[in-house]
Amino acid sequence: MKTMASQGSQTAVPFDSNWRPIMECAALEVFEMMAGVRLEIDTACTEEPHGEQTAMVGMAGALCGMTTLRCSRATATRFASLMLGGDAASNPSTARDAIGELCNMIAGNFKAKVTNLADHCMLSVPTVITGEDYSMSTGEPTVGVTLALKFDGEPIWVSLITHS
Amino acid sequence: MKKLRVLIVDDSSVMRKIIERSLRQAGLDLSEVLEASNGAEGLAEVQKGPLDMILSDINMPVMDGLEFLKNLATLESAKGVPVIMITTEGSEARVVEALSAGAKGYLRKPFTAEQVKERVAPLLGGVL
Repeated sequence: MKTMASQGSQTAVPFDSNWRPIMECAALEVFEMMAGVRLEIDTACTEEPHGEQTAMVGMAGALCGMTTLRCSRATATRFASLMLGGDAASNPSTARDAIGELCNMIAGNFKAKVTNLADHCMLSVPTVITGEDYSMSTGEPTVGVTLALKFDGEPIWVSLITHS
Repeated sequence: MKKLRVLIVDDSSVMRKIIERSLRQAGLDLSEVLEASNGAEGLAEVQKGPLDMILSDINMPVMDGLEFLKNLATLESAKGVPVIMITTEGSEARVVEALSAGAKGYLRKPFTAEQVKERVAPLLGGVL
């Protein structure tokens, strides 16, 4: 059986700064197809990502790192309602599940658009952190891209963080 | 129109609901929708009665979709039941592996109801 660790022997695909528009396209497509909303790209945003909900999907193989999606609890709940219809998202676990899946699909959609990544980079199942007071550190230097998006004026951040 | 009994296997309850809604939007008349959150639970559901179709995620904890497929092949109750694999991965290799293990089709997330219909309709023998 293939494991994420066994993908490590693949030829590494280095981070490319030209991936920003690819990640933008991947993220916008996912929100549009699964939640039926067209998000705006907030090019003027200078804020650091914040919000009580952070979804993370690990990437291993030709590209190692993670994709994250961060937003407020209220925004996560709205996405869950949009994805499920009606008031289906009153349960907090449903909102967490929804942003975990959105993050998973963004990561998958992104790697499907990058040559040599689709077959050589595996994704973990999503993890969702609730709470704002945390910091993240990795054992290796990282390089990546962060997109600031807006939905009805509310900020959402999508980040690709790769081990350099 | 024949009423259908389907099994949806995905670790996300949100995705299970979205898949069910997409099947209904595609025009399927569902009499019963069984749900499982991983392959092991899916195998237990398969043994509870005849199914018309199974839709399964690939990347799941406990037992992933490819292991589920391989185990399904050993079950008498799953013989002839079409399986569609649903993947976020976009990996041709995993799709080929799934098709080789007996899947009849695949669907890549994110998807539209129309894409679900395109994949499902040919496997239901003119039900749609």
